[in-house]
Amino acid sequence: MDLFKTLQTLTETPGPSGQEAGIAMVIMEMWRPLADEVREDRIGNIVAVKRGKGDGPRPRLLLAAHMDEIALMVRQIVAYPSEKEGAEDEQAHGFLRVSRVGGVDLRHLYGQQIVVHGQRNLPGVIAALPTHMLPPDRGDKPYDLDELVADVGLPLGELRNLVSVGDFITFRQPLRRLLNNRVSGKALDNRASVAAVTVALDYLQKREHSWDVIAVATVQEETRLLGAFTSGYAEQPDLAVAIDVTFGKGPGAKESHLFELDGGPTLGLGPNVHPGIHEALKSAAETLEMTVHVEPHARASGTDAFGLQVARAGIPTGLVSIPLRYMHTMVETAALRDVRRAGRLLGEFAAQLDADFLEKTARKMMEAD
Amino acid sequence: MKELIEKLVSAYGPSGFEDAVREIIRPEVEAYADEIRVDALGNLIVRKQGDGSGRRVMVAAHMDEIGVMVTHVTREGFLRFTNIGGVFVHHLMGSRVQFADGTTGVVYGEKLEDRSKVHPLSKHYIDVGASSREDVPVAVGAAAAFVGPFEQQGELYIAKSLDDRIGCAIAIAALQRLEATPHDLYVVFSVQEEVGTRGAQAAANAIEPEIGLAIDVTGTGDTPGAAEMAVELGKGTAIKAKDRDMIAHAGLVQLMRQRAGEAGIPYQMEVLEPGSTDARSIQIAGAGSAAGAISVPCRYVHSQSEVVHAGDVENSVRLLVELLSRPIDL
Amino acid sequence: MNDLLQKLTEAVGVSGDEKQVRLLIRDLIDGHVDEWRVDALGNLIALKKGSGASGLRVLVDAHMDEVGMMITGADSDGTLRFEAVGGISPPALLGKVVQVGPKQLPGMIGARPIHLLDAGQRNRNVKIDDMRIDIGAKKKEEAERKVSAGDRATFLTRYEESGRVALGKAFDNRAGCAALIELLRGEPFPFDLYAVFSVQEEVGLRGAQAAAFGVRPDVALVLESTPAYDLPNERDVSPNVVMGRGASLYVMDAGTIQDPRLVSHLMRTADDNNIPYQIRQPGGGGTNTAVIQRAGGAVSAATIATPTRYAHAPTSMINLDDFGHVVQLAQAALRNLDAAVLQR
Repeated sequence: MDLFKTLQTLTETPGPSGQEAGIAMVIMEMWRPLADEVREDRIGNIVAVKRGKGDGPRPRLLLAAHMDEIALMVRQIVAYPSEKEGAEDEQAHGFLRVSRVGGVDLRHLYGQQIVVHGQRNLPGVIAALPTHMLPPDRGDKPYDLDELVADVGLPLGELRNLVSVGDFITFRQPLRRLLNNRVSGKALDNRASVAAVTVALDYLQKREHSWDVIAVATVQEETRLLGAFTSGYAEQPDLAVAIDVTFGKGPGAKESHLFELDGGPTLGLGPNVHPGIHEALKSAAETLEMTVHVEPHARASGTDAFGLQVARAGIPTGLVSIPLRYMHTMVETAALRDVRRAGRLLGEFAAQLDADFLEKTARKMMEAD
Repeated sequence: MKELIEKLVSAYGPSGFEDAVREIIRPEVEAYADEIRVDALGNLIVRKQGDGSGRRVMVAAHMDEIGVMVTHVTREGFLRFTNIGGVFVHHLMGSRVQFADGTTGVVYGEKLEDRSKVHPLSKHYIDVGASSREDVPVAVGAAAAFVGPFEQQGELYIAKSLDDRIGCAIAIAALQRLEATPHDLYVVFSVQEEVGTRGAQAAANAIEPEIGLAIDVTGTGDTPGAAEMAVELGKGTAIKAKDRDMIAHAGLVQLMRQRAGEAGIPYQMEVLEPGSTDARSIQIAGAGSAAGAISVPCRYVHSQSEVVHAGDVENSVRLLVELLSRPIDL
Repeated sequence: MNDLLQKLTEAVGVSGDEKQVRLLIRDLIDGHVDEWRVDALGNLIALKKGSGASGLRVLVDAHMDEVGMMITGADSDGTLRFEAVGGISPPALLGKVVQVGPKQLPGMIGARPIHLLDAGQRNRNVKIDDMRIDIGAKKKEEAERKVSAGDRATFLTRYEESGRVALGKAFDNRAGCAALIELLRGEPFPFDLYAVFSVQEEVGLRGAQAAAFGVRPDVALVLESTPAYDLPNERDVSPNVVMGRGASLYVMDAGTIQDPRLVSHLMRTADDNNIPYQIRQPGGGGTNTAVIQRAGGAVSAATIATPTRYAHAPTSMINLDDFGHVVQLAQAALRNLDAAVLQR
């Protein structure tokens, strides 16, 4: 499997939270040869089932990686000169005010390339007036949403015909290689994890497993963990593991509890993770002689694991994460090897699940340490 | 319809205490229901069974309004209070509230050293005209709604609690006008939206709809110095693309625009930064639903003088009827 | 000495790591319930079958978890970095004694001596990020042999009584657990009672959400501990909960508007049985009632609590009579709970 190419396709396909259709189709085709069935559920999650060996009914493991990316949405169409000054549509230049979709940091939007998904895809840039032309009392703060515009270079009339309030805007950034087998681009959060799940499904082509493995590419994690809550409810797995990115150590983020790139994936631990699943993931890492790191989460993990854990009457849940620098920028950076490691870890974990696992795990909840 | 709207907005119904509003709505909708029930939280759930060819659809309009709840009665007979839902402190000084038993209170605040500032909620109090604690007719835990009588001026309706009694009126009118529907339709007059869309959450968890629609108000961008948004009073019903907590299902939004276009219903697209609706809870219930909202443009939301346009209200009814009478294939 | 409160409050069970408390409670309810099970999150759910007189399905919840800390790593000098699990204010932690990890090693959260502080430092709270737990280890490697990242810690406080007052840690919510155990130790109710000893309340009402979905009750009662802020306060807006004034009834908090019909039933029951009670100040705070009320569909729900001073701090305080009144009121209200109470 050419992991760079896979990751490139995944990160460069638009799929903002709430409009994941584009990336959903790509993932569906990517997973089709690796699973027994692939379908889209009623909320837009992509669900692929790779059946285990042996007669049914078999216990079910769900692997969740969110496929949505942060983005923008057209909030209003504005003009220069403004309509108050009586400009005719044909003479005025048209611009778009935007609204955030997911946790977009306004500090680095200025100058970023974008695509407006109107009646056709329009390339453009996020722009603003230089600060010396704005009111002097605004101080040194970052540009806010009433100062920034999306500019696709069109006159007002034509813009109004092609774009409407509510249209999505995605960021534009190809995936690039850096030194040391690192990669950088947009939407590695969370297409890197989708790639990892793809690696896991590929691993399981050659490794026997008795449980059914259900890979889910979830929607709208960035906004409200929508796909996690709903897929946990719909698929009713016996176990679930979420795969997401975590904070990599680097410039602007040097704290000791963050993780080195290329040092291996992390395993979540804390209230959001079932201790039995954490242990089983650790065992799988040991089998592969893979270095993994414990990532304590004192409260919510901020990932799909939070939604999966309380679906229906609750699901034992685990969390595997890939260290990522500069999260939620368009220069997110990860180690390609960590992506592959995460995938192999998931595959081995799935393969090691046996018929007794659930019963043993439940028993441990009532046995003194 | 105007008489019904006036009756609805004049009723007492802060979140958690919606009985009086439900008692106005129930007789209006009973005749149009195949099933009708009230759940443990007080949601009024009207079911209209389709012919089996449609989807399971939940429509929600909330009965509750923002208000205040007494937290402490002073020795001198004044009441300290907390908010029920999104009460803006700027609307408090000199406003009037009314308790369930009809007692009126005047809201005021402690001395302001700097009149360019506003006191926090905790420095306000309610005066019911009592001379001591023993005189006060209400107790800690009593809830009051704001006072803001209904008026019509030209095409505009002005009143408190148009959010979301206007949505209730629209849902009632739609039920009355709907001749037939292919869908298994649940119209939920919900409780406790203002404190976190709680009634809709409970109802949606029980109903497990495939399609969800809230009928609620949205803001406008057409007043001096308003936050920039594309919605204007009188320019049509609003189709929600996104608000603070929900991105409307893209396919449903497209269908709504199509239906409005085909039926010649004026509409505008809505992106709302602050605020959300019952649809956010319907979207995430159970295995999830394709959710959206029909919004009524409204100025001064959560004040005692909310303003909507009669034409926008009528167009909202038309769009809702259009959507529910025809298939919803996404 | 209230044996139940002592055992429960001295047990260690920080959110997400409640096993010790779960095992203790299982032993304490043994013989008083007909069935019990543990679900995927670790909630202990027990069924006390009813006499058959009522078909109502009733859930009574008390969360087992307490706030505490999670060790996140060790510094080179052998001291431990940590984060709060649940809401703990920094002054409650500074200069206090904790117990760390499964071996419950004593640890100290130290502070720079006052002699070495400048005026600026003296007037600023220390942030949790800057605090460390000292278990006596000299180096990182030694600390990591004794304690792992992810281990929990909680205050090290022994239970004791002084007159009608009890001191200890975690009355929030071992007082609720004790009250629920007392209910289970009585005679069967007219209806089937599902006792849920839930997990992870302090980190987002997590356990109760799953448990309520599994049980699907008609009616629910949540037994909690609520802060009494009855200290001197110059403004005449003192919140209402006062230690010693009886069981505390919720009308509204930040997450729930309790069912007014159940609240009336509780008040009538208290009046009829001369049980002292007080209305907890409306607004603020949250309990499992919020999720139980809506988890699988609408549920009639209410909350009763033992007034507690200094919850989420090393040494909390309750009045044992208040605790007794909570048990009494819950008993009486459940015994005369019938469908008529829920009529509109």
